[in-house]
Amino acid sequence: MRTDISKINEQSPCEDLTEGLMIFAGGTSKQFMTGQWRTSTPVFDKEKCKQCLLCAPVCPDGCIPVKDGRRDDFDMDHCKGCGICEKACPFGAISMQ
Amino acid sequence: MSRKDRMSGNEAVAYAIRQVNPDVMPAFPITPSTEIPQMVSTYIANGEMDTEFIPVESEHSSMSATVGAEAAGARSMTATSSCGLAFMWEELLVAASNRLPLVLTLVNRTLSGPININCDHSDGMGARDTGWIQIYAENNQEAYDNFIQAFPIAEDVRVHLPVMVCQDGFITSHAVENILIEEDADVKEFVGEYHPEEFLLNPGKPVAVGPYAVSAYSMEAKYNQEQAMIRSKEVIKEIAEKFRKKFGRGFDFFEEYRTEDADYIMLIMGSAAGTAKQAVDDLRDKGMKVGVLKLRVFRPFPADEIAEALMKCKAVAIMDRCESYNGCGGPLASEVPAALFRKKVLTEAVSYVYGLAGRDFTVETACGIFSELEDIVMNNRQYEQHRYVGLRTRQ
Amino acid sequence: MAGYNLKEVMSKPERLAPGHRMCAGCGATIGIRAVLRALHEGDHAVIGNATGCLEVSSFMYPYTAWEDSYIHNAFENAGATLSGVETAYHALKKRGRLPQDANFKFITFGGDGGTYDIGFQSLSGAMERGHDMVYVCYDNGAYMNTGIQRSSATPQFADTTTTPVGKKSNGKIQTRKDLSAIIAEHHVPYVAQTTFTKDFKDIHIKSEKAIYTEGAAFLNMLAPCPRGWRYETSEVMKICQLAIDTCYWPMFEVDHGNWRLTYEPKKKLPIEDFLREQGRFAHLFKPGNEELIGQFQEEVDRRWEDLLYRCNK
Repeated sequence: MRTDISKINEQSPCEDLTEGLMIFAGGTSKQFMTGQWRTSTPVFDKEKCKQCLLCAPVCPDGCIPVKDGRRDDFDMDHCKGCGICEKACPFGAISMQ
Repeated sequence: MSRKDRMSGNEAVAYAIRQVNPDVMPAFPITPSTEIPQMVSTYIANGEMDTEFIPVESEHSSMSATVGAEAAGARSMTATSSCGLAFMWEELLVAASNRLPLVLTLVNRTLSGPININCDHSDGMGARDTGWIQIYAENNQEAYDNFIQAFPIAEDVRVHLPVMVCQDGFITSHAVENILIEEDADVKEFVGEYHPEEFLLNPGKPVAVGPYAVSAYSMEAKYNQEQAMIRSKEVIKEIAEKFRKKFGRGFDFFEEYRTEDADYIMLIMGSAAGTAKQAVDDLRDKGMKVGVLKLRVFRPFPADEIAEALMKCKAVAIMDRCESYNGCGGPLASEVPAALFRKKVLTEAVSYVYGLAGRDFTVETACGIFSELEDIVMNNRQYEQHRYVGLRTRQ
Repeated sequence: MAGYNLKEVMSKPERLAPGHRMCAGCGATIGIRAVLRALHEGDHAVIGNATGCLEVSSFMYPYTAWEDSYIHNAFENAGATLSGVETAYHALKKRGRLPQDANFKFITFGGDGGTYDIGFQSLSGAMERGHDMVYVCYDNGAYMNTGIQRSSATPQFADTTTTPVGKKSNGKIQTRKDLSAIIAEHHVPYVAQTTFTKDFKDIHIKSEKAIYTEGAAFLNMLAPCPRGWRYETSEVMKICQLAIDTCYWPMFEVDHGNWRLTYEPKKKLPIEDFLREQGRFAHLFKPGNEELIGQFQEEVDRRWEDLLYRCNK
C-alpha cells in the first residue's frame, strides 16, 4: 500500500486519495520543483572551489549535493536562489546571477 | 464461561481494559471517570496487565498522545468525562480525520457551567459531529460489553474510525450491579490482535501523518471519512451479531422494548432507559400499549432504522438528556424528526429535556410523559413541542 | 560522541528532502537539516511537528519533505503527540511487535509559538515525564506563519504586527521569556541553546547529545526569519554570528544539571550591531531612541551575567 504520489493530483477523484490523507512514503516533496521560484541563480565555479563544504550546511533547501566529501553542482530543480551560499563561500566560487 | 460478579460501571470497564490489555493508555483524571485510569494503574502496578500508561498533564494531551501512539502502530485508548472531553475536542476531530481506530471510554457528565459533576449527555452530544462512532450503555453490563466491541469496530478496514463508548456518570459508573463477566481468553479472542498495515514505527517504511491539504483535496477527504462512517453501520451490526453468538446478549443500533404493538414509544439513551422500561411495565399492567426504543448507537445515526421502528406507533416522546440551546430541543429532537420526515413517517413527536446535571428521572415522570402522549392522540390536545420534565417552575 | 568532521557529516544522506515550501533563505530549515544530520546512519526516526510554517510547508499533501516517519497533530501538542509515539515504541518493543534491531529516535520541531506559548503545557508535561525524545524549538521570535505577530520569545522593542511601531509605540513592551532556563529547571538530562555557526559544529554536537542522551532533551535553536526580521535572505549567517557575539543569544548547554558556556565571544559586541541588521528594530536608530537601545543592552548584560554565574564563570 505504499503511495505513488504521481498518481495523486488536484483532479484526482476521492477514491484515489490516501486514507486519512496519510502518505505512505518518504521524501515525496522532491517531485515539487521549487526552482521555479528563483529570481537569482547561484553559479558554481568548479575551478575556484576548494571543497571546504562551508556552503553545504547553510542551504535551507539541501540543494548542494555532497558525495564522499565533495560537492557537486547545484540542484536547480529546487534551489530558491536565496544567496546564503554565496556569502558562505570563502573562495568566491559561488556567484549569484 | 461467563460468571457473575458485582461491579460498578467503572470497574466493569476497567476490567474489560485489563482483559483487552491495549498497548498504550494516556489519561488524565476527571470525575466521574477518574476511577478508570486509577484501576488500570493498579492492575499495571500489580502485574495483572502491561499496558504502557502515560499520566499526562491534561485531557488535551491525553487525546494527543493517544493519537500519536495509535498512529505509531499501538492499540491505544483513553478515558474522560465532561470538560475533559470538551478540552480534547480539537483532537477528537484530528483522530477521526486521520482515520485512527482508537477508543475513548466516556463517563457522561454535564458540561460547565455551572460546574457540576453529575450526569447528562452534554459532553458526548457536544462531540456528536467530530466523526466518532458513539455507543451508549444503559447499565454496567452494556458498558462492559460495548467496550469489548469497540476495538473490533474501530479497527475493521472498512471503518478505521475512533469509537467512543459512553456510560452515565455515577448512575452507571459508580452504582454496583451484578453483571456477567467473560473469561480473559474469550475476550482476547473476540478482540483479536492488532496488526495495522501502515504505521509510523514500521522500519524502512516511513509514513507521513497530518498534512496541510489544499481545498482541492480536503473536501474529498471529508467525504471519504463520511463514507467510512456509513460503512461502519454494517460493521457495528456484524460485531454485535458476533458478540451475541459468542456471549449470548446485546443489540445492534437499538433495543426495542415491548414496542411491537405499542401506541406510544419513548426514545431514550443511557441509564434512564431502565427507568422508562419500568414505566412501560407498570403501564402495560394497566393495559396501556407503550414501549421504549433505547438508542445504543448514536453515531452513525441509524435514521432509517429508527423511522422504521416508529412507523406504527401513534406518538413518540424524544428524550434528550442535553440542551442544545437552539430554542427547539436537544440533539435527538432535531435528528429523530428529520429521520421520520425523510421516511414520510408522520407520527406525533414531542421532545422532552430531562435529567440535566444529574436531575432524577423517575418512573412517575416517565409515566406522565406516556400519559401526555396519549392525551395528544386521544384528545387532540396541543402541547408545546419542546418541553422540560423534572424542572421547578412557576408555570 | 565521535569527533566532528564537516565533510563526513555533509556526506550523509539528507533526511529533509528539497521541494518543501519554506521561504527562500528560511533559517528554520537550515537548522532542521543540521539537527537531522546528527542522527546516526541506520537509526530510524519519527519526527513530530507543531503546526507552523514548517508544518504547512514541509507536508503539503501529497508532498512530504521528510524521509523519516512524520506526524503533525496540532499547534499546541507536539510534546504530547511524540510522548504517545515514544511510548508506543516501548510498548511494541516489549510485546515483540517490532524487530529487535530496529532503533528509533524521536525528535519534534516547533516554532516559538508552538513551544514558548500555546504548546508550553504540552512541552512541560512531556519533559517532566521524561520521554526519551528531543524537543527542538526553532525560535524565530514571533508567530511568523500567521504573519509576524509577537510571541513570548519576541525581543523587546521588536516591530511586529501585534506590537506595531507607531506614534505611541516602540514595538513590543516586554522582554523575552527565557525558555531554555525554564526547561533546564525541569531537571531533564540535556538542554542546550544553539544557532548556526560557520562549520555547524556547535549545533551538530548539541543535537547529537540531545538525541543520544537517554531521556527528555530540549534544544532551543535561534532560527532567523528574513521576512519577520527584515533582512536580506543572504545575510543569515552574519546575523547568527552577531546574535552570539553580542550575547543576545548565548550558546550554552545544561548537561545533567551542569551549566556550561559553549561559546564565549573574544570581544562582546554592543547590541546595536545585532539590532542594526534588522528592519524590525529600525525605529530604535531614530534620533531620541538611544535610551531604548541602552535599555536593551542592560537586559542583555543582566542575562549574560546571570548565565555566567550559573556557569561558574
